[in-house]
Amino acid sequence: MFSFQKPVSLFGGTKSLERRIDEFLDKVTEAGLIFSRAVNLYLDKGPCEEFEAFLQQGAEVEQRGDVLRRDIETRLYEQTLIPELRGDVLTLLEHVDNVINIYEANLFRFSIQSPTIPADCHTGYSKLTETVVTSVESLVMASRSFFRDLNAVRDQISKVIFYESEADRISTELQRKVFASDLPLANKRHLIYFVEHIDELANSAEDIADEISIYAIKRKV
Amino acid sequence: MELTVLVFLGSGLFLGWSLGANDAANVFGTAVGTRMVRFSTAAIVCSVFLILGAVISGAGAAHTLGRLGSIHTLAGAFMAALAAALSVYVMTKRGIPVSTTQAIVGAIIGWNLFSNSQTDAATLSKILSTWVLCPILSGVIAVALFSLVKHVLNRSEVHLLRLDAYTRFGLIAAGAFGAYSLGANNIANVMGVFIPASPFTDFTINDSLTLSSTQQLFLLGGIAIAVGVFTYSKKVMLTVGQEITAVSPIAAWVIVVAHSIVLFMFASQGLKHVLTNAGLPSIPLVPVSSSQAIVGAVVGLGLLRGGNTISWPVIGGIAFGWVLTPIIAGLVCFFGLFFLQNVFNQPIMG
Repeated sequence: MFSFQKPVSLFGGTKSLERRIDEFLDKVTEAGLIFSRAVNLYLDKGPCEEFEAFLQQGAEVEQRGDVLRRDIETRLYEQTLIPELRGDVLTLLEHVDNVINIYEANLFRFSIQSPTIPADCHTGYSKLTETVVTSVESLVMASRSFFRDLNAVRDQISKVIFYESEADRISTELQRKVFASDLPLANKRHLIYFVEHIDELANSAEDIADEISIYAIKRKV
Repeated sequence: MELTVLVFLGSGLFLGWSLGANDAANVFGTAVGTRMVRFSTAAIVCSVFLILGAVISGAGAAHTLGRLGSIHTLAGAFMAALAAALSVYVMTKRGIPVSTTQAIVGAIIGWNLFSNSQTDAATLSKILSTWVLCPILSGVIAVALFSLVKHVLNRSEVHLLRLDAYTRFGLIAAGAFGAYSLGANNIANVMGVFIPASPFTDFTINDSLTLSSTQQLFLLGGIAIAVGVFTYSKKVMLTVGQEITAVSPIAAWVIVVAHSIVLFMFASQGLKHVLTNAGLPSIPLVPVSSSQAIVGAVVGLGLLRGGNTISWPVIGGIAFGWVLTPIIAGLVCFFGLFFLQNVFNQPIMG
């Protein structure tokens, strides 16, 4: 008849878990800033020691994000918190964590493959990078709003969608420019490969934003 | 105390057990079913507050039942309680949510018919009117409370996890209030018929606390209800929690609070005095059905959301059960008393 579970304190632990979720979302923002600075540095200087330092920083942020996500998930299950929305929150955290992974994976691609980016494409890559990072940052704001202020979710999701469209536009322009150049086809394919992977960040942000909009409807009283 | 007395009280204790097994689910069902509150926590809080409500505030509603029909022999009270318990058991077996309130009222009328006693029409109409009033009132309170809670929460920036903790606390507090109200209002169903034939005498503990014979009866009934909560209510709670999956924890809290307020209103002598002193129309102290209060609150919230989610055939079936239960209990009591008097030679008329 009785189950011998770990006692659940009513309010204890809640604040600590709130802080961990905030810290996890901070890591996404941090990963975006590192990514943005690293790509701009690469465009300026190409492969260099400083870029590798940013890569190392990005990997550490990704690891810390994983630790936080696992800890939050474990606590949510152990303390049987938010039973109605637990599945939604876990999916959200996992998908957001995947965005950090995409940031890190992109930096590794730059480090390993060292693409040669023509100078006339630098502005396009830089603009694309800033736009996808802004899109992800809007996603972070939407996620924070999902936890604290449901009324603000819609505004933040609109921003994610706007920046994703903007990223699509920049990426298309950049791809046309690359293919219109005199570069060998292999180089063109290589450059397009990087455009697609950078753009993937905005696409992921939009997919997660769509999920949040549904979770927000479910969360409404 | 004689063994026969205990045997006769046994039917009331059986009724108390079934009340604890079934009606506790109305108070804590959603909280436990959705795993917001652990069963052990719910069972302890529910039992303690049920007994407190029964002993402290149980007298009000019991007086009304006493006016409906006074059963002077233990054997008669035994059969009335047994008829009510059997009716509840049969209807519950068939999956129709019924309450001990309707069953015991039907059984008392069965007694009145058998003993050629006059059924007080004014009291009966008062009880019947509250059966209509109870779900309506519960629905109205639920709608008002839900609208208020929604207004407040949509304007506050409470973190999802903090809100979860508040809701948990709220469900336990509302459950405690609900259990107290259930004990206060429904103990009359369980032990009310035994009051005129109570085998207990008043006794005082440490020259300060006096327990009347009625309070001792109610304490015994409260313990029987608590045993029902501990031994059988988990299954019913989980069923209730899973059946009401469309209800969010906040809505569940609103439903329990609305139900508890209604039960408290129909049981509180203090509230009746306050209203009477203020020159306002007083609320009759009548045992009402906690199932009716819950159904009323759920339907109220369903209507607030446009009514599309309400299954009217199910509601119709439940309402039919509310009409059928007192009739079955009355018939069982009537024929049971006949057997008790003529086959077992028990004194029925006193």
